[in-house]
Amino acid sequence: MKRLSWLHAWLMLLPALAMLMAFTHIPALTTIWHSLFYPARGSEPEEFAGLDNYRMMLDDDVFWQALSNNLWYALVTVPASMVLALAMALWVNGKIRGRGALRLAYFTPTMLPMIAVANIWLFFYSPEIGLFNKVLGWFGVAGINWLGDTDWALPSLMLMTIWKEAGFFMIFYLAALQALDRDIYDAAALEGASRWYRFRRLTLPLLMPTTLFVLVNAVLNAFKLVDHLFILTKGGPNNASNLLLYYIYENAFSFFDANYAATLTVVLLAMLILLALLQFGVLERRIHYR
Amino acid sequence: MARFTHALSTSAAWLLGLLWILPLLYAFWAATHPAEYATRFDLFAPLTGEHFVTAWNQAPFMRYMLNTVIITGLILTFQLILCTLAGYALARMPFRGRGLVFALVLLQLMVMPEILIVENYRTLSMIDLIDTHIGVGLPYMASAFGIFLLRQTFKTVPQELEDAARLEGCSRLGVLWKVYVPLAKPTYLAYGLVSISHHWNNFLWPLVVTNTESSRPLTVGMAIFGAPESGVDWPVICAGTLIAIGPLLAIFLLFQRRFVQSFMYAGLK
Repeated sequence: MKRLSWLHAWLMLLPALAMLMAFTHIPALTTIWHSLFYPARGSEPEEFAGLDNYRMMLDDDVFWQALSNNLWYALVTVPASMVLALAMALWVNGKIRGRGALRLAYFTPTMLPMIAVANIWLFFYSPEIGLFNKVLGWFGVAGINWLGDTDWALPSLMLMTIWKEAGFFMIFYLAALQALDRDIYDAAALEGASRWYRFRRLTLPLLMPTTLFVLVNAVLNAFKLVDHLFILTKGGPNNASNLLLYYIYENAFSFFDANYAATLTVVLLAMLILLALLQFGVLERRIHYR
Repeated sequence: MARFTHALSTSAAWLLGLLWILPLLYAFWAATHPAEYATRFDLFAPLTGEHFVTAWNQAPFMRYMLNTVIITGLILTFQLILCTLAGYALARMPFRGRGLVFALVLLQLMVMPEILIVENYRTLSMIDLIDTHIGVGLPYMASAFGIFLLRQTFKTVPQELEDAARLEGCSRLGVLWKVYVPLAKPTYLAYGLVSISHHWNNFLWPLVVTNTESSRPLTVGMAIFGAPESGVDWPVICAGTLIAIGPLLAIFLLFQRRFVQSFMYAGLK
């Protein structure tokens, strides 16, 4: 009986492991394989290309543009939505009027599909009749062509992303805040520590593991969430708001070059694995001092 | 001074809350008033339901909704079964290579199916499952997050309970079903709600693998419906959007406490 226990364990793992292999591990490897071939022409088999796809990528301005867009996009949306999330969590965790309603308002964007809210935001951004330009008009400021201007398209996407994500991250901070030990705060209050001091020296350090968790998830989202591009800009104008995953989609399903798309996927995979190593290696060791 | 900062902070919180709910309020306004009021705000503007009728007739919402329900249900059912089995094995059954298997599972938290659309599309066309409900669901059925969550929960179940049940002649699967699963109910609820809201809202992969109405979920339908090429006007798009998000939004509003708690619970682990 005992001797068969390992067999039972593998049998129980088998279905989940098989599915994970089929749709995560194996495709991650075949991506690399397919990136080494030219796209198939007609019925001819794919021809080995060596590193040609990678050379093409290095010469591809759109790739560099999408990559730098994506880095800027992460660099702005991640900190902004995290700071807002923390502020929201502190508000709805404290004694504030209408706490329940506020919490609901902050959280609602999380529950709505990106596609649906993008449809609504598209109207906010529209040049002639859009809400944003109306509000600017009240202050006598000339309207902006939010999604049609190469300077404004990416910031417009960022703004909507921050709105969509902050409430989601708030949940994690709220959970962590509610799990904090009240005694330390009572002690600190007895010592006469100011609110700001308590926040800086107690709350922030104690929230560090949560911050790390949210940070990793936020960065992941910045690379995998491109739904709104389909509605708002389609990566335009002139690729000003193109992001890596959207460019992969375009290559595979609009330009029908699955091999170049695989090459781009390899880059994205490499970045995510680097992020994973960073999380489990460096950061995790530094922060888990408890 | 303290009072003043407090009032300032409260106002800021409320302003932010208002901004956060504004798009939804706007969609309600535009969808329930005649088109000429779409950009003009007038408390006494007449109400109308015509946009909802127009939207309803313009896209097969019933079909989309049915597809979404089938896909979400399929994914959740398989996730619950696969993750329970794997989570239990990883939590309570010692075997060689357990650490490695667990690491391989966790890899999916980083390398999500969204990233691998190109290769997964290849796989699905190879096994001829493009444009099927099951095809939309397949990459998500084994979920690293679910396995991880259940493993953590199962680890907190006292070993004595399992030993006692085994002594009474209960099989392994019997113990799992009668001892572990009932004790993990809060985790199942939390995971279920998170999974449903994730897959109800999922877009990129379903867009890639569906071609026709027969399998297209709401989100993909909505993207087609709202596309500028389809020439639908704003109030109708807003009405369509509200129809599409209506069911989930209603459930969320009814059980919002549960939802928020579930997301918090899942996030703490």
